[in-house]
Amino acid sequence: MLNLDPEEVAKLPHYPVTRRCPYEIPEVYTRLRTEEPVSKVVMSDGQPVWFLSRYEDVRAVLSDPRFGADRLAEGFPNLALGQREGLSKQPKFMISMDGAEHSAVRRRVISDFSVRRVAELRPTIQKLVDDCVDRILDLPQPVDLVAELALPVPTLLLAELVGANHADHAYFIDLVHRMLWRKTSGEERVQISIGLRKYFDDLIAEKEAHPGDDLISRQIALQREETGEIDREGLNSLAQLLLIAGYESSASMIALGVHTFLTRPDWLAAIRTDPARTSVAVEELLRFYSILDVAAGRVALEDVEIGGETIRAGDGVMASVFAANRDPSAFPDPDRLDLERGARHHVAFGYGPHQCLGQNLSRLELQIVFDTLFARVPTLRLAVDEADLPFKYDALAFGLYELPVTW
Amino acid sequence: MSGAAVRITGDPEVCTGAGQCVLTDPAMFAQDDRGVVELRTHRAEGARVPRAREAVFLCPSGALSIVED
Ligand code: SF4
Repeated sequence: MLNLDPEEVAKLPHYPVTRRCPYEIPEVYTRLRTEEPVSKVVMSDGQPVWFLSRYEDVRAVLSDPRFGADRLAEGFPNLALGQREGLSKQPKFMISMDGAEHSAVRRRVISDFSVRRVAELRPTIQKLVDDCVDRILDLPQPVDLVAELALPVPTLLLAELVGANHADHAYFIDLVHRMLWRKTSGEERVQISIGLRKYFDDLIAEKEAHPGDDLISRQIALQREETGEIDREGLNSLAQLLLIAGYESSASMIALGVHTFLTRPDWLAAIRTDPARTSVAVEELLRFYSILDVAAGRVALEDVEIGGETIRAGDGVMASVFAANRDPSAFPDPDRLDLERGARHHVAFGYGPHQCLGQNLSRLELQIVFDTLFARVPTLRLAVDEADLPFKYDALAFGLYELPVTW
Repeated sequence: MSGAAVRITGDPEVCTGAGQCVLTDPAMFAQDDRGVVELRTHRAEGARVPRAREAVFLCPSGALSIVED
């Protein structure tokens, strides 16, 4: 744990940094990257941690086995009050594992996210999106696209993936939503964790008894074959991780993406005339908004030198993917949203062994949503002034609370 | 020296299955049934060389590398 005297801590910038504008990166990120790329910030629980803001350093740390991902380790940057207590009551998540333990667990699921598997999901996603758009077209205008499109699509898709086509969907969504809410109290967070675990225990029991064509059932079959025993705890944490990771982040990118297209007629015209450009646009949207800046924390497992500073074993590190994705040394004129950029090397999905498992699913989901929505509702437009849109400045993942549209 | 041929190696033990290589060039890289990298070729030449380098750069796990012959 990084030990500093209180006077020094009092001078540090606070993290997470609140955005004030959907487009601009907070000034402190740019200042730190320019003046002090290996700097320090203080987390909301008062803990000082290292802060990395250069593309090169962020990539280096995220792919360096000398930095660990165990969120329970002392020194690991704590993002929200109660996070550690909540996690300590859970089976360990894959994102908290390191080295061989991590790769063994990840390996068992990667086939469900391979490029081919994801491509096979195209008709399923297309159908989900079409159903949502059908429903939207029947609603009285204006329609809130966050509630009717951005949230339902990823949730339904992930529910489909794990085979959770339950009646208690709404209960589950509410739990996830409250868990990710920045203002949720520590105590409440613990209760939510317990609730989620119970939800998945029930789901796994159901799949053991009635296997289907879904990820959980395939994992159960694999485990039966390998060891004859089912690791319910491990499956539970896997299911939670997939749903939590894929839910709010995809919803945010859908909402921000639709908003971006609606306020940039040239982008809209470009993907309409050439749908191949949607995938390029998606990469640029991911880079530009970097909505999950908070996800890339690490703890040093040994002393490591970065940019002339010695990070000691046990020190917490926040590798800012947002700052990295706006680093001019990796992306010329980085603060410009540029449809021509083709920035596949962004780190919005992280980097290293923990890089987002669902990234290709997420890419496809976004492409289908944008292509379908603008093809089927060509006159779509914002129903309020851009200045009145409620951006999620206070949430851990950036996004929009509502996106009222009309057509 | 983008014209010269290079040798590509892929370590299935290290691969984390993100598929960045396949998305970069499906003619050079594939994923097997387990989702793990499978090289379709061990050499790249000409226009393929920069693409092989891009795949190495994008691969998050360090599973890919290029050896100059
Ligand atoms: S990009 Fe790297 S980690 Fe991803 S599938 Fe290819 S070799 Fe494996």
